[in-house]
Amino acid sequence: MREDKGIFYRIDWVVVGLYLVLVFIGWLNIYAAVYNETHNHIVDLTQKYGKQMIFILAAIMLALGILIIDPKFFSQFAWFIYGFFLFMLVIVIFSGREVAGSKGWFAIGGFGIQPAEFAKMATALALAKYLGTLDVNIARFRSLLMASAIILVPALVVLLQHDTGSAIVFLALVIVLYRAGLTGFIPLAFIVLPVLGVLALAITKLILVAILLLVAGGFYFFSNRKLRTIALITAIFLGSVGFVFSVDYSVNKILEPHQRNRIHVLLGQDVDLKGAGYNVNQSLIAIGSGKFFGKGFLQGTQTKYNFVPEQSTDFIFCTIGEEWGFLGSSVLVLLYLGLFIRIILMAERQRSRFSRFYGYGVASILFFHFAINIGMTLGLMPVIGIPLPYVSYGGSSLWAFTVLLFIFIRQDSYRYDLV
Amino acid sequence: MERIYADRKFIIIGFFLLIGLFYLARLFYVQIMVDKYILSANNNVLRYVTQYPARGLVFDRNGKLLVYNEAAYDLMVIPRQVKNPDTLTLCHLIGIDKAEFISRLQKARNYSPYRPSIFEAQITRDSYGFLEEKLFLFPGFYVQPRTLRKYTYPVAAHSFGYIGEAGPDVIEKNPYYRSGDYIGISGIEKSYEEILRGKKGMKIRVFDVLNRDKGSFREGKYDTTSVAGTDLYSSLDAELQEYGELLMTNKKGSIVAIEPQTGEILCVVTSPSYDPNLLAGNIRKKNYTKLLQDTVYVPLFNRALMAMYPPGSTFKLVDALVGQQEGVLFPDTRYGCPGGFPLGNGKKVGCHPHPSPTDLIGAIQISCNTYFCRVFKSIIDKKTYLNTRQAYESWRKEVMSFGFGKKLGIDIPGETNGNIPTPAYYDKYHGKNRWRSMTIISLGIGQGEIGITPMQLANQAALISNRGWFYTPHIIRAIGRKDSLNEAYTTKHQVLVDQRYFDVVIEGMANVITSGTGTIAKIDSITMGGKTGTAQNPHGKNHSIFIAFAPVQNTKIAISVVVENAGYGAAWAAPIASLMIEKYLNREVRRKDLEDRMINGNLINGKQPESERGQGNILPD
Repeated sequence: MREDKGIFYRIDWVVVGLYLVLVFIGWLNIYAAVYNETHNHIVDLTQKYGKQMIFILAAIMLALGILIIDPKFFSQFAWFIYGFFLFMLVIVIFSGREVAGSKGWFAIGGFGIQPAEFAKMATALALAKYLGTLDVNIARFRSLLMASAIILVPALVVLLQHDTGSAIVFLALVIVLYRAGLTGFIPLAFIVLPVLGVLALAITKLILVAILLLVAGGFYFFSNRKLRTIALITAIFLGSVGFVFSVDYSVNKILEPHQRNRIHVLLGQDVDLKGAGYNVNQSLIAIGSGKFFGKGFLQGTQTKYNFVPEQSTDFIFCTIGEEWGFLGSSVLVLLYLGLFIRIILMAERQRSRFSRFYGYGVASILFFHFAINIGMTLGLMPVIGIPLPYVSYGGSSLWAFTVLLFIFIRQDSYRYDLV
Repeated sequence: MERIYADRKFIIIGFFLLIGLFYLARLFYVQIMVDKYILSANNNVLRYVTQYPARGLVFDRNGKLLVYNEAAYDLMVIPRQVKNPDTLTLCHLIGIDKAEFISRLQKARNYSPYRPSIFEAQITRDSYGFLEEKLFLFPGFYVQPRTLRKYTYPVAAHSFGYIGEAGPDVIEKNPYYRSGDYIGISGIEKSYEEILRGKKGMKIRVFDVLNRDKGSFREGKYDTTSVAGTDLYSSLDAELQEYGELLMTNKKGSIVAIEPQTGEILCVVTSPSYDPNLLAGNIRKKNYTKLLQDTVYVPLFNRALMAMYPPGSTFKLVDALVGQQEGVLFPDTRYGCPGGFPLGNGKKVGCHPHPSPTDLIGAIQISCNTYFCRVFKSIIDKKTYLNTRQAYESWRKEVMSFGFGKKLGIDIPGETNGNIPTPAYYDKYHGKNRWRSMTIISLGIGQGEIGITPMQLANQAALISNRGWFYTPHIIRAIGRKDSLNEAYTTKHQVLVDQRYFDVVIEGMANVITSGTGTIAKIDSITMGGKTGTAQNPHGKNHSIFIAFAPVQNTKIAISVVVENAGYGAAWAAPIASLMIEKYLNREVRRKDLEDRMINGNLINGKQPESERGQGNILPD
């Protein structure tokens, strides 16, 4: 009924607008983060902001390209795209370049491409494709196993590249499974277990077990007291206790030393501000010193004089916090929340199951990046090096997030035609 | 079929919002609720570079420079920038060995690899010359200029005082001072600290994470320039001070000279003393400990202000004045002296042989103990007072108006009160109101519990020559401008004795010199009034005391001399005072024999002073 109208009348301009605003905020703050008096021309290609300008232009070209591809292409080629990037992930382990300890980069010309960024999009596509298939019921064990495999296989390959941060991001797709009908216990466990783990490290084990016993008792008191329920509560209780006592072992034996340090920093157990605690402390100093209105554009001293590490990539939020203050930081957080909610609402209006689940995949991945990245700069999450979508410096991540979003925008624009 | 799960979108959106709001709350806390982060941020990038002003200079009353500043250099090190230095050469240049070099570098590194630490403090200008040529060979090292206090004359150490780094207690109390700042610790360096120090300036520089200087903060908008300290014009006569210290060689005691019309201190000698240059710069700590541990000479003890002595016979002048004021003594009052003043219990206050009876002038002239015991007794037993206590209180009030028994308030720190005993003291000692004039009769001849400092004694001589008034003695006559006046010392203090009672006392004092106990002090060309005194000392030989002023008309100098363990006032104190007066008024001393004898007299190492053997003109007082 609306086929006669062009693509630009059909795309969701709210989400495109949010995208453009975030990309612009990103560029502005990268400019501020690396600004110095000798290089102040805005298209200086020797500087990160000059390069990011190129990345942005390329990203817009990519977005336009996706908008003219037949929307059916993505669902039909979902498996192929998934397979292709899985292959790339394996290839990169052997032929890739090592950046900051993880072997996940292809060197193309002067730029690096990180397949893991694109693999998230491919996995979201494959998962949507699988869940969109009519005979799949996630409540069934076989379907759950298959869906889990789709998520975990690329995650494990990324883990082999020693890129723990990117690997964890794949777990965000459990939100899609939840929307598809997975029992709420599993996503709940994803939230409860880390919290329990942190508590196990932070407070005395016996107190924690006593608390768990109280909670279990509470559940028993309010339950229907059928045998099945009692067994379930008992099993969960025993599982939790076992988990609590295995946390020390996991932290000390399985995690690598730098990861262990990050956990200790998060718990405030590592006060060595020159060592592992340095990043987070400097990050908080930069953000905290912004006060309400911020120090003003290009006036941030902590970022300008390099006190904050990785300030244009993983810690870009510090620049925003310092120069734009609480006002600017809150606006950014609200913009993200707006983007996520808009994507969910768009997902819900899809007639095609593939499109809907893909939309949830997009929202999950973006949200997870947002939560980990900003949580890290605010000292609420361990230091996990993943970028802030659209804002952090870097071609790979910007292009991957652009493709991720615009495939969904393209699906959405033809939602009446897709079933 | 997943439509049945459509409501789950609310749970998912709710979860997103929950995390979002949690982060907003955290932002609110970090950015608005707490201030520690902005403080840390400023600590990170801003360096407050202090601009130290030159400290004010001090001149003497004739315009001679007394205290000045000399450039010294601190060798600074930034450990991170130190690259493979030629250790031996540098060690050689500053005179340390390699182990010391390594330990100092490690100490600096422990403080901070990026921030400068002092490697060697206060290198003198000469060593700096060599160092400067070679400094380019040692990256990470640089010199920072500082100033060092220097003294033209190695005298008046206690009056000048010294400066040192402000301690933590000062820094806590006074926000002006920061760690590493210098502050006057004693002498005029302390009492005129705020004038001498000037005003520090502050440059705010921005530094990056590698401690590289990135220029001034906000184009220097918040920078302040330093203001040099104000110069002081002292009333000291440097030559007189130097001469006084020379005369006091190997003697314990002090000389204080004052210009009576102004209250200006011409010299304050305390002996033994030390060279003020010993307490300037990085040698101070070592020397200070050494001076502090010298329990034989006690060179850090400023006897002129801190020691109090029973004034002995010099106090008879006070009796003469107060007695007349009280109406119990007249110039023609005559008392006979039967060789002492009987105390009624078979004992007596002894007196030396002299013609008897005497009037007031004669009693001053030959320093009759009996006469002044009677004067004191007649004051305390005066009928118009209800009782001894009331009479004593009245006497004490008049005596204290001479500046005794309390700090004069001079501008050199460390004065002691001296002591004019309170009635409460005698109550405690003898029982409430169980004391009479005869109980405390020794006060009449300046003995007993009474304690007076050499500064107070000199002030007594000055106020007598002024006939009843004095300005608080002070050592700084002008601040900033040579011809200005030190505003703090322009109040005239009136003694509670009328002017008319002074003439007879001054005449008596003149007779002391011409034909009394102090003839040894006589100078042919100069009229002089004086009074000898001998302070009984339960610990050893009596202290020799003399006060004088000259000329008698239009007096230019009033002086007190105390020489410890030296016998009669006429033995040592009087000749020294006389030489000082000659030096000051004539600028030249002709009596070379007397001068030599005084300079060479050694009273510390236990030698018997020659002057008491076969010197006919040393009379007891």
